[in-house]
Amino acid sequence: MEEKTKIHAEDGKQELTITREFDLPVELVFKAYSEAELFEQWMGTKVLKLGSQKHGSYAFETSYEGNVVFKANGVIHEFVENEKITRTFEMENTAFPVQLEFLEFKKLTNATSRLTIQIIFKSIEFRDQLLKMPFAQGINMAHNRLQEVVSSLK
Amino acid sequence: MNLRRDVFQAIADPTRRSILLLLTTQSMTAGAIASNFDTARPTVSKHLQILTECELLRQEQQGREIYYHFNPNKMKEIAEFIEPFRQMWDTKFNKLEEVMKNYKKE
Repeated sequence: MEEKTKIHAEDGKQELTITREFDLPVELVFKAYSEAELFEQWMGTKVLKLGSQKHGSYAFETSYEGNVVFKANGVIHEFVENEKITRTFEMENTAFPVQLEFLEFKKLTNATSRLTIQIIFKSIEFRDQLLKMPFAQGINMAHNRLQEVVSSLK
Repeated sequence: MNLRRDVFQAIADPTRRSILLLLTTQSMTAGAIASNFDTARPTVSKHLQILTECELLRQEQQGREIYYHFNPNKMKEIAEFIEPFRQMWDTKFNKLEEVMKNYKKE
């Protein structure tokens, strides 16, 4: 069976691409990214701010047992409804430099769509380090799910 | 000592994951690490001890200070890391699909 989510990270390049096909109309996928209440539900994080517009900004944080364990923020540069979001992404309290993300939403049929996320890193080394820590961006993922992922590393 | 199980347990804790993330690109003293958390200093020390024991961190004495380094040798080649990264996003996107399918029904 073909995988619905694909990652393309070419050797020696400071970028990576994530591609996903959804059984959802493009409007709903875009909405999941642009409305705080929905974003919180699928990302499992708390949205502090989400200014879904050109020159808007966003911030979110994830807590565990009362302590904030992950914070990230960024600025939105382009916001075209049901088409694209261009934004920066920065993890707070880490030495990872800000990254640039191009999100493209594409209608496939009335009921299906494709999301392509191109992420540009400051260097090849930072890209590779991020890949080595799958929990960096998914730090809030369900506990047992994380264990599965970690087990598969061994 | 069962090293595999220890690495597994080390990464299962969100605070320890935060510490690893903090140390991915820089080495720091215990005090500097602790200042990033609301957690009590002895708790952070305990986390550092566990991470060091399972070799995810290395200690290095520099003058009077001990610096903690992330140990990349514990990690495998990048190609092997794409799959966990992919699974992480796949899980998130499956959740997105589920959330939006329910939203549509409402």
